[in-house]
Amino acid sequence: MRLYALAVYLFLYIPIAVIALFAFNAGRHASQFEGFSTQWFGKALSNPFVMEAFRTSLTVALASAVLATLCGTMAALALQSVGGRLRAAFDALIYVAVMVPGIVIGIATLIALVTVFNWLNPVLAALWPLGAAAPQFSLGYGSLILAHGLFSMALVIIIVRARIAGMDRSLIEASADLGATPWGTFRQVTLPQIFPGILAGFLLSFTFSFDDFIIAFFVAGSKTTLPIYVFSSIRRGVTPEINAIGTMVLAVSLVLLITAQGLLQRGRRRA
Amino acid sequence: MTMRPRYRTALFLAPAGAWFLAMLVLPLLVVIVYSFGERGPAGGYAPAFTLDNYLNLGSRWTAFRNTLTMAPLGTLACLVIAYPLAWFLAMRADARWRTLLLVLVIVPFWTSILIRSYAWIFLLGGQGIPSLLNALGLGNPRLINTPFAVLVGIVYGYLPLMVFPIYVSLERLDKRLLEAADDLGSPPMRRFLQIALPLSMPGVATGCMLVFILLMGEFLIPAMLGGGKVFFVGNALVDLFLQSRNWAFGSAVAAALVLVMLITVTAYMRFTRRWAGGRDDVALM
Repeated sequence: MRLYALAVYLFLYIPIAVIALFAFNAGRHASQFEGFSTQWFGKALSNPFVMEAFRTSLTVALASAVLATLCGTMAALALQSVGGRLRAAFDALIYVAVMVPGIVIGIATLIALVTVFNWLNPVLAALWPLGAAAPQFSLGYGSLILAHGLFSMALVIIIVRARIAGMDRSLIEASADLGATPWGTFRQVTLPQIFPGILAGFLLSFTFSFDDFIIAFFVAGSKTTLPIYVFSSIRRGVTPEINAIGTMVLAVSLVLLITAQGLLQRGRRRA
Repeated sequence: MTMRPRYRTALFLAPAGAWFLAMLVLPLLVVIVYSFGERGPAGGYAPAFTLDNYLNLGSRWTAFRNTLTMAPLGTLACLVIAYPLAWFLAMRADARWRTLLLVLVIVPFWTSILIRSYAWIFLLGGQGIPSLLNALGLGNPRLINTPFAVLVGIVYGYLPLMVFPIYVSLERLDKRLLEAADDLGSPPMRRFLQIALPLSMPGVATGCMLVFILLMGEFLIPAMLGGGKVFFVGNALVDLFLQSRNWAFGSAVAAALVLVMLITVTAYMRFTRRWAGGRDDVALM
């Protein structure tokens, strides 16, 4: 039994370890280890296309995670005092957002936005004051942030609602009995209790957006995110530079995930 | 905060509601409307009302057949590998290490599937495991760009999602039932088949449904490890929207995919209700 478990863990982690190992390979060949070197990290970090893609991914991940955490937490708090049809509607929307495959979300967002933009851009151009060129809507940062944030927001609502459900209600009642204002109760009692959930939701949202390929593939327009860059590089062939980028991407998500897990587990134990 | 609570609630729900409407409900409605339309002269969409796209789904039958063979096969492979691990974690693992071991199972699922599939291109490619086998005198099999490679990628990608629900249902299982059966002289295999397995069925069903649903929409694993030979519905969709730009037909394929998934979920709900009289938690974290 122990041996079996060990074998499965090796299966899960050896491929990741091999990627990281070969990122430090001195040689050009992706197959033979020829000594330790960090040159491929240097190459990757001085490649302007990689850095541009990295900046795009970082911007999108940060913006979508902030917006999703904010809107998701607000919705989770409000959903406590909502019943009936509205609550059922939100439950259904959250369910659909999580369950519909990313590829369908990507496609649907692409054709809906292109259709809306094709209709909106001429209207905008006609209404714009003479002389100045009217701004054009197009796919890019906006569509990436909103499409990634949609899934993230559903995730944040699920996590924060679970925290609220596990919260000690008597503290809120006590706070109200002792004369605290609703805002004071929220800031000093509710928020500290649900904060680990909010933070974990934020970290997961960031990781999701930073790692997502399939939705970005459809809605990125002329922008290139890091996963899109890596995907098109792999099509051109396997190089140690991809290993270096992959190792950095994995490292970023591992650190964020372990932090998120720590927060969720700590909350679970206390609850 | 002197605002009336009702307005505050509405204000708090409005951004999320608007986001869902604009980026989820509207796009999905557009897909449904477009699926009854025609391909525009230069690609894209032209308004029409026709069932041709749906009647034409048969032309992508290979993609549907591949998906509907590989998805159940991949789900089964995940189940067979995940169940013993979930059993170990729930029944045998040292309580001090259990949390860490669980986290170690879930963490890979949240890291980039792109990079993890790339790892298998690396391992199964000509210079990886095949050359290792060759050096050991075991022949030089072709592994990459085969259905086997896709299956390995699937198990690697989705195993964590199968382990977790099964673990949850095994962990909740009343262990005194097993002890009682043991005291009454029931052999281990019979204890497992008559007590543990039936009681862990909700977890098994949840895991299978989660993996199956995600596999139905898979694009990346067949694209990277199947080398264009193992073509899923997801690959057909990428082709239809980004290469041939036939939005109307592509929308019909996407709608058909979601429909097949809905049927699966409904069947799953019926199944679990019969098994356990209720739904098990879908715990992903």
